[in-house]
Amino acid sequence: MSIDPIFLVEAAVNGVLLGGVIALLALGLNLIFGVLDIVWIAYVDLVMLCMYAIYFLVTVHGWPIWGAAIVSLAVGAVLGVGVHLLIISPILTSPPINQLLATGGLLFFVQSAATLFWSTDHRSVRLSLPSWEIGGIFIPATRLIPFAISILAVIALYLFLTRTYIGTAIRAVSQDREAMSLMGASPQRIYVVTSAVGGLMAGLAGALLIFQYAVHPFFGGQFGPLTFMVCVLGGLGNMVGAFVASFIMSEVIAVGGVVMSTEMGYVIAFVIFIVMMFVRPGGILAKRQ
Amino acid sequence: MTAGYGQFTALWDVSLRVDSGEAVAVVGPNGAGKTTLLRVISGLIAPRAGALTFDGATLTGLPAHQVVAHGIAHVPEGRRLFPMLTVADNLKMGAFLPGARARFTESLERVYTLFPVLAERRAQRAGSMSGGEQQMLAIGRALMSRPKIILLDEPSMGLAPVMVFRLFDLIRRVREEGYTILVVEQNVRQVLKLVDRAYLLEVGRIRMEGRAAELSEQDFVRKAYMGV
Repeated sequence: MSIDPIFLVEAAVNGVLLGGVIALLALGLNLIFGVLDIVWIAYVDLVMLCMYAIYFLVTVHGWPIWGAAIVSLAVGAVLGVGVHLLIISPILTSPPINQLLATGGLLFFVQSAATLFWSTDHRSVRLSLPSWEIGGIFIPATRLIPFAISILAVIALYLFLTRTYIGTAIRAVSQDREAMSLMGASPQRIYVVTSAVGGLMAGLAGALLIFQYAVHPFFGGQFGPLTFMVCVLGGLGNMVGAFVASFIMSEVIAVGGVVMSTEMGYVIAFVIFIVMMFVRPGGILAKRQ
Repeated sequence: MTAGYGQFTALWDVSLRVDSGEAVAVVGPNGAGKTTLLRVISGLIAPRAGALTFDGATLTGLPAHQVVAHGIAHVPEGRRLFPMLTVADNLKMGAFLPGARARFTESLERVYTLFPVLAERRAQRAGSMSGGEQQMLAIGRALMSRPKIILLDEPSMGLAPVMVFRLFDLIRRVREEGYTILVVEQNVRQVLKLVDRAYLLEVGRIRMEGRAAELSEQDFVRKAYMGV
């Protein structure tokens, strides 16, 4: 079986486009991990809740997509702060296994609650957007727009973390918590801001994912493991590594999906992940020991 | 005040004062409780008993980030820089408090004048500098908060002898800028030349105190290191 090279090129382009949104998810999760040392297992489930918010605003209340997207950002930020104050804050000093159980428990809670309220129906917001053809490759706006916005958001995050006091403080706290309190920064305040930013990114990711994907209570299972894998592959807490790993993984999935099948694309991605864990346990950008 | 960790008591009824514009040293052997003393003052650990007053305000039991806002800057043991941040970003973090932020440019100029090497290395990662340069950055970072008093914990620790000499010279210049200093040191000989008064702390208790000029170095050194 031979594949027309044009399909491969198209798959590669799609991989890049998908990588942008994956990067957004991975950077959000990584940001929180870098500062709090806790992995929000339920991160993509918060994204799912934001997608439901958009779905209902657009289809039931007739909101424009951009208006619903702004609400989604706010919902994400509020969820982020809520998760921190209600779940993370009380267990900050607990053993890692308890933290894992607590955020994992949140995942089951959110999935079950979503099933209870909204059933297991797949719901999508139907947007009629154009497609462009460039040299025989179709680039739909439903992929290009989310990609472009993701990249802008990553740049905004970079500027936030490097140019502002609070952003620099977020990086500083991840290096030395106690020293940052000697600088006059309340650690709790930094944690809340970090969680809000992480939540905001979840809200944005939700707004971008709904361009291409239907939302359902188990949406988290579709992107959660992938996001976590990208973070580990890039080196947990390493933002640049996560960004690079997002594109590697999305390329593998997109191209592998065309060459073999969608499922095999994921299988290859996970195999690469497992092999890399042996070769470079500290992440792709880590120095070899 | 009295303070400690868990079951262990590190400081027993320790009482000391520092007047405005003064430089005071606390010397003593390893494990005397010197670091604990500074950590209690800056709010990193809460005292079990006793009170801390500063400039008319009672600071007892306040968390560290609120103590700084009263004008107490702590240069902790081992410097505790943000190693992955640049020199400039470390200094920026020193000015995190809103009041300090407003005077950032002015403070930065003062720190760069005091430590020109920091200006040269502003884009370098803090963790990649030498021990002496890192200590200058730690002091510079503390100055960025526009403190009234600076707590220095073992500034000469881990430095080459030549660097120790230079560093004490620089601390003297910081003093001349009008800052009040409370310094904890093992390097008794050097530190006694720097300060007005000194306390000798030994297994959690103040054993001696007096004006630096009147205290015989031999007495202090003997007490501090041999316990006689």
